[in-house]
Amino acid sequence: MKTVDLAIIGGGSAGLAAAVSAYDEGIRDILILEKDRFLGGILNQCIHPGFGLQEFKEQLTGPEYAERFIEMAKERNIPYRLDTMVMGMTKDKVITYSNAAEGQVRVQAKAVILATGCYERNAGSIAISGDRPSGVITAGLAQRYLNIDGYLVGRKVFILGSGDIGLIMARRMTLEGAKVLGVAEIMPYSNGLNRNIVQCLVDYDIPLYLSHTVTKVTGRHRLEKIEIAQVDDKFAPIPGTEKEFEVDTLMLSVGLIPSNELFDHLGLPQDKTKGAIVDQNLQTGIPGVFSCGNVLHVHDLVDFVSLEGKIAGQTAAKFIKTTETKPTKTIDVLPGLGIGYVVPQKIDISNRGGNISFKFRVKAPVKDTFVTIKQGTTVLKRSFHQVVIPSEMINMTLAASVHIDEATPITVLLEAKQ
Amino acid sequence: MNRVHELICIVCPKGCHLKIDDDLNVSGHDCPRGVVYGKAELLNPTRLLSSTVAIESADLARLPVVTSCEIPKREIFNVMEEIKKVSVAAPVELHQVIIANVCGLGVDVVATRSVKR
Repeated sequence: MKTVDLAIIGGGSAGLAAAVSAYDEGIRDILILEKDRFLGGILNQCIHPGFGLQEFKEQLTGPEYAERFIEMAKERNIPYRLDTMVMGMTKDKVITYSNAAEGQVRVQAKAVILATGCYERNAGSIAISGDRPSGVITAGLAQRYLNIDGYLVGRKVFILGSGDIGLIMARRMTLEGAKVLGVAEIMPYSNGLNRNIVQCLVDYDIPLYLSHTVTKVTGRHRLEKIEIAQVDDKFAPIPGTEKEFEVDTLMLSVGLIPSNELFDHLGLPQDKTKGAIVDQNLQTGIPGVFSCGNVLHVHDLVDFVSLEGKIAGQTAAKFIKTTETKPTKTIDVLPGLGIGYVVPQKIDISNRGGNISFKFRVKAPVKDTFVTIKQGTTVLKRSFHQVVIPSEMINMTLAASVHIDEATPITVLLEAKQ
Repeated sequence: MNRVHELICIVCPKGCHLKIDDDLNVSGHDCPRGVVYGKAELLNPTRLLSSTVAIESADLARLPVVTSCEIPKREIFNVMEEIKKVSVAAPVELHQVIIANVCGLGVDVVATRSVKR
């Protein structure tokens, strides 16, 4: 069987960053497996600016950001396969992939990094009543059709969900000549960045209906009209608040889910993020198997995806170079008051490494709050935030010098200002 | 007449709802950055504009492009009209100028990726 030191599944922002950092740590026998025709992943269709302010200290479009990492990988001659689908992997790190040139190939890896990104929640996952005509499409797919393939999916559009992809597509469709009649958001606040609310909706006079959802879809073959209604605090539609819109397209921007299927088949436990449970080295329950980027938890900034990929590359390199196996002792990291999830979910005490980066989201918007990392009653780190919102991931780094008790779980929580 | 304009500040996630009048008096801000943003946004709102142009290529159907710097907001649809007229052929270098001095704004429309073939 063909062998490789490090197999990286996915050649997008996480996979490329992981490959480059593993190479820079001395690993040469790397193989990136990418299902699309290009490296760069979703960045290729994200043609708008706003990427790279953290990583490169300048504002780049998605394709520009991707090209920087693709160039870094090519300068290092890191091998990759395009148009290649990974069919499965085993706990022993044997990967089966296939492509037109090689057919079906099995490869034994010493370490594997899963960097397969995420997929969109679709019409099937949000139960809208009414017909099932064509013209109901996820925003990311419409973005691919428009920006990669050059097809405009509709002329009169309504958007459900105010996530950033939906907002970006509201502007993009408008610029290409479509009429966007509105955006409905079931929550009382938007899940998109303020910048996108202003520059994608307000700039083009597109109304945002907060606490509203789509209640009916009508159309025999193509979508003809939709009905929206205001919802109460239990998200139930309020009778009498219905509004109708004649549209040919309903675009859905209702959330992203990690593409964690390869790990699911291994029976690896999943967190409520729908990604794997990992330690601070981004290692899963199987030694030498790592997860990073949107397949681990959905990020809002690609810059943090690259950072996570870099950590996975470094820790995978360390794993490959280490021959002795130490018994691992872990403690849990738990989301406390006001926190939805925390990554990592475990700290491996026996392989502590350097600084530990905690990434988490709040459950609901809160103003003037402390965010605290605690172990029992001991505060490991605390920082004050004027505002925290669910759509902005919080990143807190615990310095390598901070003492961590080996027996007590760590909790991340919000604490009111005294 | 002194009108009052309402803006959402985009400097930080807080998203303060600013009120700004024609004499540039700003209120509703929680920090001084809101004043700077409000004035700039009222006097001369500018935006980066990204889109795609047709390309003859073995690899791609659309070439992504962006304005080389921010353009006045009111020029966005005029620049889009120019972008829609363009077709290029591969190869294209990263940041190659696709439309020079678009609409006489002193700004170029440039490619945001390279295309080999």
